[in-house]
Amino acid sequence: MIIDLERFVGEERPFWQEFETMLDLIDKDPGQKRSLEEVKRFHYLYQRTSSGLARLQGLAREDEIRRYLDSLVARAFGEIHEVRHRRHRLHPLKWFFRSFPSTFRRHRHGFQAALLITLVGCAFGVFALAIDPASKDVLLPFDHLLGNPSERVAAEENRLPIHIGEGKSAFASQLMTHNTRVAIFAMSLGITWGIGTMVLLFYNGVILGAVFFDYIRAGETEFLLGWLLPHGVVEIPAILIAGQAGLVLARTLFDRQSGLPLGERLRGQTHDLMTLIGGVAVLLIFAGLVEGFFSQYHEPVLPYPLKIGFGLVELTALCLLLARGGRSADKIQLGGKSR
Amino acid sequence: MTGSRDTIQVIRTPEGVAFSLVLAGPMVRFLAWLIDCLCIWGLLSIAGGLLKALSAFSSEAGMAFYILISFVVSIGYSIFLEWFNNGQTFGKKLLRLRVMDRSGLKLQFGQVVVRNLLRTVDSLPYFYLIGGIACLLNRKFQRLGDLAAHTIVVRNPKVSVPDIDQLFPDKYNSFRAYPHLVARFRQHVSPSDAALGLEALIRRNQLDAKARIDLFEQVADFYRTIVAFPAEATDGLSDERYVRNLVDVVYRPNQ
Repeated sequence: MIIDLERFVGEERPFWQEFETMLDLIDKDPGQKRSLEEVKRFHYLYQRTSSGLARLQGLAREDEIRRYLDSLVARAFGEIHEVRHRRHRLHPLKWFFRSFPSTFRRHRHGFQAALLITLVGCAFGVFALAIDPASKDVLLPFDHLLGNPSERVAAEENRLPIHIGEGKSAFASQLMTHNTRVAIFAMSLGITWGIGTMVLLFYNGVILGAVFFDYIRAGETEFLLGWLLPHGVVEIPAILIAGQAGLVLARTLFDRQSGLPLGERLRGQTHDLMTLIGGVAVLLIFAGLVEGFFSQYHEPVLPYPLKIGFGLVELTALCLLLARGGRSADKIQLGGKSR
Repeated sequence: MTGSRDTIQVIRTPEGVAFSLVLAGPMVRFLAWLIDCLCIWGLLSIAGGLLKALSAFSSEAGMAFYILISFVVSIGYSIFLEWFNNGQTFGKKLLRLRVMDRSGLKLQFGQVVVRNLLRTVDSLPYFYLIGGIACLLNRKFQRLGDLAAHTIVVRNPKVSVPDIDQLFPDKYNSFRAYPHLVARFRQHVSPSDAALGLEALIRRNQLDAKARIDLFEQVADFYRTIVAFPAEATDGLSDERYVRNLVDVVYRPNQ
């Protein structure tokens, strides 16, 4: 199409400038609600600018102007054509008690796989320590677990309560942040086709299996349960759910049955991955607080049956949350209304 | 992933109009990241200063808060800014970069979260080596986080409508006496070749004298291969004037 460029630019420039001003305003305040008239005007300007861009394509003289119109249309395209809901309000309770468990159940196979890999790791840890006790130095990365379990139990039980409380806030903060980093890492490693996630889960299982075997063999089962259950019943499932997220990511890389291109498949999973890892972060904050402020107190300060009972109550609550929370959300999704 | 890379992402709208996004390369993204690191360091320094005051009352509480704030700032800085600032952190804004959905659509919160959490893998082992390698191997310069979240990073160069009239003070253009040759030149010159002459004129003052003479000589010689004007139209014209006359007839056909 041959056009008189100068006349064209002269006529269209005011519209382009108005359009650019509107785009600048949107950039400055993306969340601001606009009136119907403003939206209509914005749409009109978008169509007019797009039309101008189409008329210029293929002409010899338009390079600079085409780039200008290109930039305007590119900036507006997402505003005009995005149909996915973009939430601005947060509903943290609804999200944690409904969306998170519902998402967890939707990808339960990922959790089952993560659990299985961890259990295999546990079995390996038990087996390795059973046939070669000297391998403890290699299997366990934490200094306080390398000694004799009975000696550690005696030392812990003889500590004065005043000393136990020292530094617990900073300790809890370190636990929360460290565990959340590990969880994020477990999920992120899903991009390695799940290999990294599986290695991490397996290694976690090895450590757990070795610790359990070491303390049970030393006759310190009650201490072990009293020490680990209060925070472990939340922390260990949280890491498993992070692994589940990693395996969901890996499965999306492999899954070709949907017929969608890889990019579309990945984009479709980002919401679920975010929900899973967000739920994991909340669980790990809770576990960090329990570990920092409760798990470190042993008998005679806190009787073990109380700690074990507390852990079992937590475990029941977590199972209920994951199994029952957000059932209505499942039904709505089955009905195909919305996520 | 493939070996060949595009520097633009072309998107066709449902209305049938194609527009292009200029993709940001690894180096400019690395620079933006360095700027963001400075911002994070600044934020943590401020937080550290404030928490020193808190430490006067309880050193343990101050340490606990600092650990938490460091974590939240390092993880949340990019997530917060990219979500609330339309895909731009301070570093990206300064270098005119923006994170976008690969289809040109708006970013979803899940995409922002996933692409930023995957920094834990991209940044391994040091200085984003894995992310950088992924970027170099990928056609769209995507690091692993971008691949997982289906996002790209684009450059938004400041573009404005060129004021062509300023380049051409009202001097006599001898080529306009040959409308058939002018029409032939306009017909045969490609958009990029025409833009080459315009760009040379726009930037002439940035070149030293020797470079300017060499440049216009080459451009004029090239234009002569497209259409040859008779000697009476070109007598006494410098190469620069020759190019200026041709750009004038292309960009201002009705003068």
